[in-house]
Amino acid sequence: MVSRIEFSVNGRKTVFSGNPLTRLIDVLREDLSLTGVKEGCGEGECGACSVIKDGRLVTSCIIPVGAVNGSEILTIEGIRDTDKGRCLVDAFAEGGAVQCGFCIPGMVMAAYALLSSNPNPSEEDIRRGISGNICRCTGYDLIVESIKLAVRKGGDLWA
Amino acid sequence: MPLTGIDDRVVRVDAAAKARGEARYVCDYTFPDMLYAYMVRSSIPRGTIDSISIPKLPDGYYFISAADIPPEGKNELWMIQKDWRCFAEGDVRYVGETIGLLVGPDRNILKYLLDHVDIKYTEGIPAVSIDDGIACKGGAIVGEDNVLCQLYVEKGKPMSEVFAEADSIYEETLETGFQEHVHLETNAAIVTEEDGKYAIYASAQCPFYIRKSVAGLLGIPQEDIIIRQTTTGGAFGGKEHFPDVLCGPLLVAEHRIHKPIKLVFDREEDMLYSVKRHPSKVTYRTALDKDGNILGIEGLVYYNCGAYLSASYVVLQRGVFHANGVYDFPNTYVKGIGIATNTFPSDAFRGFGAPQTLFAIETHLDHIARKFGFDPAEYKARYFIKQGGETITNGHIVERVMLPEMMKQVVDASGYEEKIRKYPIGSGRGIGISFYNHGGAFTGNGEQAIIKAHARLVKTGGRVRIEVGSTEMGQGFQTALRKIAAVVLGIPIEDVDYDNPDTSLVCDSGPTAASRSTMIVGKIVERCAAEMKERWAEGDFSVEKEYEHPEGHPWDQSTFRGDAYLGYGWGCAAVEVEADKLTNEIHVTGIWSSHDIGHAIDELIVHGQVNGGIAQSIGYASMEKMENRNGYFRQSSMSDYVVPTSMEFPKQEWFLVENPYEWGPFGAKGMGELVFNGADAAYIDAVERALGITVHRIPMPPEDIEEALGNGQ
Ligand code: FES
Ligand code: FES
Repeated sequence: MVSRIEFSVNGRKTVFSGNPLTRLIDVLREDLSLTGVKEGCGEGECGACSVIKDGRLVTSCIIPVGAVNGSEILTIEGIRDTDKGRCLVDAFAEGGAVQCGFCIPGMVMAAYALLSSNPNPSEEDIRRGISGNICRCTGYDLIVESIKLAVRKGGDLWA
Repeated sequence: MPLTGIDDRVVRVDAAAKARGEARYVCDYTFPDMLYAYMVRSSIPRGTIDSISIPKLPDGYYFISAADIPPEGKNELWMIQKDWRCFAEGDVRYVGETIGLLVGPDRNILKYLLDHVDIKYTEGIPAVSIDDGIACKGGAIVGEDNVLCQLYVEKGKPMSEVFAEADSIYEETLETGFQEHVHLETNAAIVTEEDGKYAIYASAQCPFYIRKSVAGLLGIPQEDIIIRQTTTGGAFGGKEHFPDVLCGPLLVAEHRIHKPIKLVFDREEDMLYSVKRHPSKVTYRTALDKDGNILGIEGLVYYNCGAYLSASYVVLQRGVFHANGVYDFPNTYVKGIGIATNTFPSDAFRGFGAPQTLFAIETHLDHIARKFGFDPAEYKARYFIKQGGETITNGHIVERVMLPEMMKQVVDASGYEEKIRKYPIGSGRGIGISFYNHGGAFTGNGEQAIIKAHARLVKTGGRVRIEVGSTEMGQGFQTALRKIAAVVLGIPIEDVDYDNPDTSLVCDSGPTAASRSTMIVGKIVERCAAEMKERWAEGDFSVEKEYEHPEGHPWDQSTFRGDAYLGYGWGCAAVEVEADKLTNEIHVTGIWSSHDIGHAIDELIVHGQVNGGIAQSIGYASMEKMENRNGYFRQSSMSDYVVPTSMEFPKQEWFLVENPYEWGPFGAKGMGELVFNGADAAYIDAVERALGITVHRIPMPPEDIEEALGNGQ
């Protein structure tokens, strides 16, 4: 079965023709070379493949490309050079959030989604906001602190 | 740019590229005409292979097996020994043993082919547990008794005399389970050919190990294979020897196919078919006088090694050498035995054999203390080993031991004294405490006799490049090493380069393991940098140096007597819990720790290591349950085998004590493993106190706690 699916990725119109059951992560990583989207588990459990679909954080490994027809998808590549993206990347680097890094692009996406809807989160809000993203290296404390740092440094950016 | 000072806070050199999604892991590499590989694996734990039937392969598809190893090569991977076969031939010894590779351009077709491979076996009876292995269930797998490796150490009087003098003997057995690494990046490698040589891109800790391990498959010199480490998404020991198991078959495939070939495990494969932490069974018999004083301890330590030796003998040695914990008991005898079973071979995992015995001794002492009505912390503190004290291997502790200071920090910060009064045993709340250490670098004289690490600095204009085989796997080594070089040279850290190693370009500085990189390789780099600074005006040149063994650490590897380690890292952790009486869920409400790592090269990196190590350790004691039934692992995904999320544990409070280490760069010792070694026991201590139960094994997920409560244990 071949379908034609139109959606936008990082602001660019994209047309996919092929099996609509193809996983979104494969289209992003392989067809569009957006390799900042990582596969940690392939079953929606780890969050490494997190992207933002129409403003909501989703795991691209369990979404068939057929389900994003007409959607707007944002990946790490689409935010890293925006003010908000830079603020987060800088805060993660400065705050010591990054170890092996495999979970980190997904964490940045989760933080972006969180701060975009809640510019002044509590520690509890932050922990909940990244609870779908597994990190095996950091024990999370410095990721949480780095997100707080992004809030402080970003100021109005998140309002 | 400002000069870098050793205590300056620097931004990790790899952080931005990783956070921006620009760092390239193996899975992100592609090559023109690249093919993909899938492993054909044993589906039974033990038996003989009667036939292998491969579906008809379309053009451009290949099945690679032992038959493809050329006559000049041998079907063996060279780890410590050469017992682990690259491809199973004739028989299989565990579920998931590599039988072959299917290689071709289209992954969907490969998966279809994989589903239609038909292997007929005559099944044997598998030995799965340590007890099965000891009993030689199904017949011995190795030798006549399944003993893969063994050793013993003794100190003081013969234990028969000690037991004869004792008023009582406290005997108990403590067990630990499998633990899966769950590095977020699964195992992966790509093989290709470049300029007449084989080139392997691998997610790996030890590029030079891979080269050594696989060259014999084709009977070629190691130099004919180039290993390029790619950005590695976590390892924790799981990528120390195990990459050999991917790279070996890939090399044989390349020898036949001559195209780039990529092998990436999916999560299920990585869970089911990769090495794990050794399960253990430790029995202590402790001789006590009438007041509860310890006269001596006898220990019998079994590790479940799986079907091949891999690194098990060294893991077992470390387990035995840590079996007395941080204590100086007058008399001890500890024997360690590595048992072969039909499970996936066990291998390196952060702590490398020490966590199992440290958990056992800590918990054992808690039980004795409680029996005699002592507070465990106060009881244990009586036996803290001191500078000059005799170790379990008849060596001596060379450095100052700051356990009393560390205990005070943790006790004060956690409110331990008040909480032990406030939370009676069985009240649903509890606080536990533990003490631990980790011997730095290779055992005994291994650094001098076996590893002989080298490091090189190359100066080009004002820039300096570090050329070592040590790897960054998330622990922060690229930053730490550049910082050491920059500070000694008196230049900004931005002027120092250190890329992921390529074995054709850098010197062999030994494996990135055993918490040795900062302490050993960092020291060589410091020495290189000192010379380079003196000769700075000479223009462009390089300085290479070999490891120098510090004087005064006698060691006899044949009898295991002497200074087993060059120095130790030390730790103390407290964990506070609250039990949900309805669900038996345990909520961790506080975590405190103090560590002695000499001097921190970078406090922020250490902070991250402490947090991550402790979270992994409490996970090990609580939720991380990997079961093996009849030779099959039961947890195959991240939803079955659950690791801690951001909601599990509260923010940690942590401390370091300053205790500069004479032979480390800027006084630094190893720390990556130390921070894993003790929070598990503190957690179990807290759970025991909160629920009034006695625990003899980890992990203890809620269902096991329920069982313990039901048993009235
Ligand atoms: S890879 Fe998608 S959630 Fe893990
Ligand atoms: S930094 Fe390694 S998994 Fe998060």
